[in-house]
Amino acid sequence: MSDGWASAISDFFIAYPLVLALVKSVLLAVALLIYVAYVILADRKIWAAVQLRRGPNVVGPWGLLQSFADFLKFALKEPVIPDVANKGVFLFAPFIMATLSIAAWAVIPVADGWAVGDINVGILYIFALSSLGVYGVIMGGWASNSKYPFLSALRSAAQMVSYEVSIGFVIITVLLCAGSLNLTDIVNAQDTSYGMAGWYWLRLFPMFVVFFVSALAETNRPPFDLVEAESELVAGFMIEYSATPYVLFMLAEYVAIVTMCALLTILFFGGWLPPIKIAPFTYVPGVIWFTLKVSFFFFFFAMVKAFVPRYRYDQLMRLGWKVFLPISLAMVVIVAAVLQFWPAGPAGS
Amino acid sequence: MQAVFFYLFATIMIASAGVVIFARNPVHSVLFLILAFCNGAGLFLLAGAEFLAMILIVVYVGAVAVLFLFVVMMLDVDFAELKQGFAKYLPVGVGVGVVVLAELGFVALGWSSAPSAADAAANPIIPQMSNTAALGQILYTKYVIFFQASALVLLTAMIGAIVLTLHHKPNIKRQKIAEQNARTRENVIEIKKVPFRTGV
Repeated sequence: MSDGWASAISDFFIAYPLVLALVKSVLLAVALLIYVAYVILADRKIWAAVQLRRGPNVVGPWGLLQSFADFLKFALKEPVIPDVANKGVFLFAPFIMATLSIAAWAVIPVADGWAVGDINVGILYIFALSSLGVYGVIMGGWASNSKYPFLSALRSAAQMVSYEVSIGFVIITVLLCAGSLNLTDIVNAQDTSYGMAGWYWLRLFPMFVVFFVSALAETNRPPFDLVEAESELVAGFMIEYSATPYVLFMLAEYVAIVTMCALLTILFFGGWLPPIKIAPFTYVPGVIWFTLKVSFFFFFFAMVKAFVPRYRYDQLMRLGWKVFLPISLAMVVIVAAVLQFWPAGPAGS
Repeated sequence: MQAVFFYLFATIMIASAGVVIFARNPVHSVLFLILAFCNGAGLFLLAGAEFLAMILIVVYVGAVAVLFLFVVMMLDVDFAELKQGFAKYLPVGVGVGVVVLAELGFVALGWSSAPSAADAAANPIIPQMSNTAALGQILYTKYVIFFQASALVLLTAMIGAIVLTLHHKPNIKRQKIAEQNARTRENVIEIKKVPFRTGV
């Protein structure tokens, strides 16, 4: 009986691959959005714990439903559009940002073979989408037709474009080692008998650090949150936004952060692979390892927010262009040279 | 299915290219230019050139168009003034347009693909090779000289841009990070015994 059902369902999906892709996408999007809701809560809880506060603790047990309550409140408010705003672009900006940040998840393999679209150029696709993310910020800032959003949009654009360069070089070093642009292949290339020590975080440790810091800058997280530096720019490019458009910006920001954590996991932390390749660890399904690793990196994102003071703008630019760019460029050359002249060495697999 | 998407992307691309020219607000023009780029990437994807599609997005949309948008947003454009000379410049504009169109026409009419191309497309050197690998294979072997030459051209342009815009003004205070990091307690702080009621 159950066999019959299973084969009927699989026959249906083989006959209609588009329906299968749709079902997969909806499942992934729902799981992602629920995860993001708890990531937002975790961010606030961790920040509160560092400052010896309780954080959100009223809605639901231990405040577990806080994000949903916030969402409902935002969604039920009236969206206010400034009179002088460029209305079309003003409303389009949050939509484009939310769409782009969620679209990146189409290629992320959350477990072996669990990607909606396992495309050949997966990492380039994510890189392309994250470079598009800057448009939501620029369009929102410009369309608000107000000084502070515009200034912060300019800052943000310069910041995101700068750090994308070093992220690109970091990705290249990983690609050189893995020999593929496909995210599943990149994870499989880290599947050695050494377990955790075989992942790229150890072999490419400087790049791992550069990527982590650049990811903070790319997602406008503290200490690089100059986009919304309250003391200088009121609240950043989304000052004029309210209700649902605002919530879309916030959602896009956190989805982008989770995407960066997922990228760190895939590129440097072995994706869905267990840390030690012995019995109790290998029984745990890959998706659990993946979620745990993403949460682990998010914890560091939240901790950095709690205890690192904000950079000044010129320091941020100096770090990006004068420190990270030369280091990552040099590493590309070094990794390529090691691979060429010592193929069996630490960089090869 | 592919044909539907081809016509969809192509129509949006041509329409947005039209809006780029006709839009009154230059920022809208740039935004539609970006839409045209994205649809171009979609067409590349349909043709199976996924690497080119992604590079088009990363380079043109992610970097070049951002700079366009930057410049255009900061311009203080007076739209009435912009419209004024329309009739006066129309003949020149049309003339340039006709010349470009004619050139495009000559290229399109004289278009021919290399005799070996069809054969090469049908029988790739390594079957099942992804087009990223295939591009790398040919770019770094057969066309390596051209590749290096174009890289040199870009490098020259980059150095030129830096030389043109870099001005070292002498009397500006700059933060010198290395100097700051080199400061130690010994060479920065001096403890003095101050005699009572006499000062230093």
